[in-house]
Amino acid sequence: MSQAPLPAQAAAEPAGLAARAADHPTLALTGILAVLVLVTGFVEPNYLSVSGARNTLLQAAPLGILAGAQTILMLTGGIDLSVTMIATGSAYVAANQSPEGAAIAILLGILVGLVVGSANGVGVAVFRVNPLIMTLAMSGILLGLFTAWAQTILQGSTQMGPFIKLLGGGSFVGNRVPYSVVVWALIACGLIWLLRRTGWGRLLYAIGDNEVAVRLAGVRVWQVRITAYIVAGVLGSISGILLGGRTGAVDLQLANAFLLPSVAAAVIGGTSIFGGVGGYTGTILGALILSVLNSMLTFLNVGQAIQQVVYGGIVLALAWGYAGLTRRA
Amino acid sequence: MAVRRGEVHALLGANGAGKSTLVKILAGVHPADHGVVHVEGRPISFHDPVDAMNVGISTVFQDPALIPDLTVRQNLQLSDIDEAAFTPWLTWFELEDLDLDALVRDLPLETLRMVDLARALARDPQVLLLDEITAALTADQAERVFALLTEWREKGRAAVLITHRLAEVRRICDRATILRDGRNVALFEPNASPDATNGAATGTMFDVDEHDLVEAMLGAEVTELEEKDESEALSPNQPGSRSASDEVAFAVRGLTSGDVVRDVSFELRRREILGLVALEGQGQERLFSLLSGDRSPSDGEIFVGGRQRRWRAPYDAVGDGVVLIPGDRLLALLPNLPVRQNLVVPLFSRIRQWLGIPADERQRVRNAIDRLSIDTRAASQVRRLSGGNQQKVAIGRWLVAGFRTLLCFDPTRGIDVQTKRETYALLRELAASGAAILLYTSELAEIPLVCDRVLIMHDGRFVEEQDAARATESSLLTAAHGLEALA
Repeated sequence: MSQAPLPAQAAAEPAGLAARAADHPTLALTGILAVLVLVTGFVEPNYLSVSGARNTLLQAAPLGILAGAQTILMLTGGIDLSVTMIATGSAYVAANQSPEGAAIAILLGILVGLVVGSANGVGVAVFRVNPLIMTLAMSGILLGLFTAWAQTILQGSTQMGPFIKLLGGGSFVGNRVPYSVVVWALIACGLIWLLRRTGWGRLLYAIGDNEVAVRLAGVRVWQVRITAYIVAGVLGSISGILLGGRTGAVDLQLANAFLLPSVAAAVIGGTSIFGGVGGYTGTILGALILSVLNSMLTFLNVGQAIQQVVYGGIVLALAWGYAGLTRRA
Repeated sequence: MAVRRGEVHALLGANGAGKSTLVKILAGVHPADHGVVHVEGRPISFHDPVDAMNVGISTVFQDPALIPDLTVRQNLQLSDIDEAAFTPWLTWFELEDLDLDALVRDLPLETLRMVDLARALARDPQVLLLDEITAALTADQAERVFALLTEWREKGRAAVLITHRLAEVRRICDRATILRDGRNVALFEPNASPDATNGAATGTMFDVDEHDLVEAMLGAEVTELEEKDESEALSPNQPGSRSASDEVAFAVRGLTSGDVVRDVSFELRRREILGLVALEGQGQERLFSLLSGDRSPSDGEIFVGGRQRRWRAPYDAVGDGVVLIPGDRLLALLPNLPVRQNLVVPLFSRIRQWLGIPADERQRVRNAIDRLSIDTRAASQVRRLSGGNQQKVAIGRWLVAGFRTLLCFDPTRGIDVQTKRETYALLRELAASGAAILLYTSELAEIPLVCDRVLIMHDGRFVEEQDAARATESSLLTAAHGLEALA
């Protein structure tokens, strides 16, 4: 894309900035992020410091991983509205199993994502339930199940073990680099590799663009869909465990507030909810933008209600502006 | 073209001659680029189907224009039709038992055609346009339609009938207009008398020979001769070079799918291009979806390399090396993705191929692009490519992935002459290198140019086989209409 022929760029000169932004959406997003950071720094000068950056990244890591789940599914034209319940459930199981040691706690937590993701995938791919309905219903079912289990089989510890707490909230290199950001970075590399350099990634885009054509090309579309929901479920689990580690104690509201931001981060990052278009790099920037925005609104100290209105409005403006930019191209 | 009061006028032509487009212009669905429609001597310009209805033109389109998720009654209300005007027509068509509260989607196609017709009649039009109304009807329902048209004529109203069934034309129509490549090429007017502009019908098409009609649909023989020369240039040793010793790559026996495909059998050898010719809607679409594993046949067997196969999805067919180039490019392409992404999809059909990319992916894509000379200037999104280049991408996918049997559904529809030539040459090349190819085409001139043998399909069955080198458009079209060839 970057090797667009010169004449085309010259022709687009009157549109100037907008055209350039459309050619390099990642640069445009980075610009928006920089502006937001500076504005936040203006509101609260202390923000422009190592600890300010660290706090933003700590917030962004679980969101970025959840948004990764949404990105994968949105590329196929799907979505997962149960991803925050998967996160909460995984954190709950991990906290409950923490006395058994960190390894077992984490593995059992991830098992939740595997199972629920598979169920979502089978529902969507085999029984052809609309993804919105399937995952919304799944979210309700999970909430019910975990509410009941909290009193019975999952009675006991709601505290995360020390290792998970360290992973979710701790930092190293003189308290500068959070461990959760390292986890996020590893996952990000993995996702970008999957999307760009594997056949599975190619198929995700292809299915989102034209499922019928992919089927006729000899691909079992349901296999791709199921694996996508499983990967999304596992990402949800990892995110939930990190989030639980950051807060220390878990409850059934743990990840609730992340559902809309997880979709919004992917949309702001340029992934289309209709499928076939997007990527994880944009989503990372989207997650960072939303986290900075959150900090800014907190510093502005305008009260919860107004914060939410402003947050929603800015998300809408970013998504709309992005759609306008890319449609022009 | 003029339609008189008190006549039933046939509109005939081969596939893609422009019949349906003309009907849509007359019905106000499409605007005309040029030209004027006169109704009762006054020029009328249509912007909207409502304009056409207001001047008394009522249309029954090729596909039922009813909303499947509403009941029949709701559909009537939607089109502002009085039930009292509608039900007598249902009775006429012996459908008085029809439950008006039934969902349209639950009704069989032939009933919907009748409902559509009754609805058109309920508007009490002066001119009735019927696009292939009889194609989906049973014989006795068609009889009711003919009775209607006879009465219609006596009332002094007019009707235009589009059909592929020439027997119907001879029986019921007064005159016939033939379209070819969007032009009006002939008017058959038996017993023409210049003063018959009003009322009295002048005679029927009964005296016209069906073969004359077929000839008129075909047009000049000159073009045909030229193309014959080209075919020799393309494949100098073509006739007879296909020896029967090549192994059978693909065969079907007794393939049946409901009433649409009936008892179809054929063998396809390696290095052979087998042509398939049919008029619209004779079951060829369904046949191809059976052959490509997209649908399962209700009866019959498919053999690949002599072994019987049962396919549940295109996945299985592709695994056996049987691949499809769909006729509708919307079924083949990923419109918003780059050429490269479009070409590589089949490389990843097996799960073990998911976690990597073949080292030679780039090279394979380049080879396919070079071989097909795909214009890659707009390669970032396939939907921006021209139709011809899009078709090349659809073909190129299987050059990248490899195949043994190629099912080609009308690959040259709507593409330019240059690309057509390239496509013919490519198909011959592929066959020469060992592929077996089944080619359905709506352009009859292609048959002697590219095929070795040709099968003709009519009403879901194979009715005839011809030697492609000797097949003429006339012989093909005659057979495709289900007629016996002249001795």
